[in-house]
Amino acid sequence: MASPTRLERSARPGSMLLNMGPSHPAMHGTMRIMLELDAERIVNAECEIGYLHRGFEKTCENKTWFNLLVYTDRLNYVSPLINNLGYAMTVEKMLGVAVPERAQLIRVLVSELSRVADHLTCLAAMAMESGAFTVFLYLIKAREYLWDVVEFTTGARMTTSYIRIGGVRADLHADWRAALAAAVAETRRVLKDVSGLLDNNSIFVGRTRGVGAISREDALSYGWTGPCLRSTGVPYDVRKARPYLVYDRLSFDVPVGENGDNYDRYAVRMREMEQSLRILEQAAALLPDAPPLPDGPVIEPEEAVCRSRRRRAVERVRLPPNLEGSEKERLPGLATSDGPVTVPAKEDTYTTMEGLIGHFLFFMRGKGIRPPKGDVYFSVEGGNGELGFYIVSDGTDRPYRLHLRAPCLHIVSALEELIKGRLVADVIPTFGSLNMIGGEIDR
Amino acid sequence: MGPEDLIEAVRKRLGPAVEAATDSFGDPVLILRAEAVRPALAALREPPFDFAVLLDLTCVDFAATEGRFELVYHLYSLAGNVRLRLKASVPAADPAAASLAGLWKNAEWLEREVFDMFGVRFEGHPYLRRLLTYEGFEGHPLRKSYPWRLEQPRIPLKEGP
Amino acid sequence: MSGFDFLTTRFETALGWGRKFSLFHYPFITACCGMEYMSAACAHFDIDRFGAGLTRFSPRQADLLLVVGTVTHKLAPVLRTVYDQMLEPKWVIAFGACAVSGGIYRNYAVVQGIDRIVPVDVFIPGCPPRPETVLDGLLKLQDKIQGQRQDWRWARKT
Ligand code: SF4
Repeated sequence: MASPTRLERSARPGSMLLNMGPSHPAMHGTMRIMLELDAERIVNAECEIGYLHRGFEKTCENKTWFNLLVYTDRLNYVSPLINNLGYAMTVEKMLGVAVPERAQLIRVLVSELSRVADHLTCLAAMAMESGAFTVFLYLIKAREYLWDVVEFTTGARMTTSYIRIGGVRADLHADWRAALAAAVAETRRVLKDVSGLLDNNSIFVGRTRGVGAISREDALSYGWTGPCLRSTGVPYDVRKARPYLVYDRLSFDVPVGENGDNYDRYAVRMREMEQSLRILEQAAALLPDAPPLPDGPVIEPEEAVCRSRRRRAVERVRLPPNLEGSEKERLPGLATSDGPVTVPAKEDTYTTMEGLIGHFLFFMRGKGIRPPKGDVYFSVEGGNGELGFYIVSDGTDRPYRLHLRAPCLHIVSALEELIKGRLVADVIPTFGSLNMIGGEIDR
Repeated sequence: MGPEDLIEAVRKRLGPAVEAATDSFGDPVLILRAEAVRPALAALREPPFDFAVLLDLTCVDFAATEGRFELVYHLYSLAGNVRLRLKASVPAADPAAASLAGLWKNAEWLEREVFDMFGVRFEGHPYLRRLLTYEGFEGHPLRKSYPWRLEQPRIPLKEGP
Repeated sequence: MSGFDFLTTRFETALGWGRKFSLFHYPFITACCGMEYMSAACAHFDIDRFGAGLTRFSPRQADLLLVVGTVTHKLAPVLRTVYDQMLEPKWVIAFGACAVSGGIYRNYAVVQGIDRIVPVDVFIPGCPPRPETVLDGLLKLQDKIQGQRQDWRWARKT
């Protein structure tokens, strides 16, 4: 029925064709690898992706600038906050707004948390697939601590939609320092354990060292970025090459590898996590405590609405728990005040006419965030590499075209070449070390 | 090298291949003639420009308003730490462009994606096949003319709500 | 005759009890929900406490199909095949809003709920569901298995 693939056409008669995936035990994510085998050796390979193509780009063309933020969470779902950041900063670049410093530091903090979680998950999956189940359990344990910090602040574990255009949604949770310190300490411990378990483990080393190696030139030609490119020795990191937020004020190194093989990709990720933990500590030191809320009587929102029918309420309004941290007094540090870019303060919406109008103007169809005409490209360093957004705006309330430069797509496009001539067993660690993320590659 | 110098130098090197040069939110943008894309990009790949990385390749559908598809290429030079955006228009009636296969290795997949999503044919591509959707999918989903919610199931589904 | 009745009921209860605590699951992981599946399966939330810790990566050895994440039209035939390959008795959990109903994706690519492809026993909502919700869903399924009348088709055939 289906027309033959390139592999099927070129296969020598009588050779064995093996199909791995789309739902395969040793592969996280849905991808199909077709192999032409000569006994255990792979003669030829072909990858098929798209099993998770969810129409992200088309959907974005039909959503307003504010609403489509939730879809960006689900691109690289292991580090959703970095996706939020990439999208928000791209739109900010079009709008030309400046984000307050406190918000920038919070953004650095949460995106580094995500980066560590991303690397942890990648290595966990890679280790599990090559048989090290204990490592998997350890690394996921560390991830839970990091996600606790994220959850404290954002209210969700994964799909947070916390970084908004123009700033962040809410301030950090009151106890964030203790939680962060615990998470960092725990992660350090786990990393030490894991490196003890894997670094010189002859099974692991045997399956990774020299396997799936790629040269610098090829890596660049495939458009690799991120840890995978750095494992070949190219120190390209968007945070250093084109610093955004406050990264130029933080000190951290860019670890590089030498051979570009699976082991180097593992090692680079391990060392990058150390650096990210360093950044976390620095950012935490730079971040002042949130300004205290003024004393005085506090009333519930329902009461505020009732009272404000007659006169302007002077009392502070207690926000419902899901809005905790975005009190009116805190917003100046969290969100830009240039133009109607961020959600207006809820207290005003509850109690004043102007506030209510502002709220409607923000959310109403055809109003709200409207970047000027033009096209823009901006990228941040995601878990897998340069996460870029190319957006075309026609001046309306929704994007004309939104394209994600998915680092994963470029990396996985090299997989066919990496496994050619190797053994079937080498597919697994190679695939694991590339960190294929379905949401990002297929969008 | 500042953006103006870069654009100046590239224009000098590429000559008539460049139709116009602009600036979009601070990013240097060059508009190329469609026939000239492959030689122009091949030239940019070599020194002194050294655009060794094809960062991205995508397409924008202006068919309804202007009768064209716009191909957008992003290049990155590691040596100079500069990005460059290049654009070329192909007619919407029969969109076709020269393939970059052979110049950059990721071009193959990127072009397959554009072919899949927009139906732009790339001449000289070794294996132009749908990348993200499946065989038997009719139409090209990212074209503005494709309805957002038009599903094309591969197997019979039970009635939905 | 009454003694026989009594015995039958007891047997079904015992069978249900045995089945509900030895669920071998096949995780059909496609998307973001897989991250929460990982959390639920690992040390912190430990799905093993409820007798569903053994992951079988072959549909032929599994009796619980966990469909974790978005199922697109491209993937639909694969899911159908995996389901058909499983042996009776089998149960299906739709894990996450996408598997339940298509979730936030209502467009050309996504199947609007896996119940259009395979029969589903328990729906776990959430985008993604928290691990606690997953455990709750699992307990619900166990209740269901316990209460299920056994299907004696195989007995009749022989
Ligand atoms: S329900 Fe939400 S988290 Fe789960 S797969 Fe769908 S989009 Fe992802």
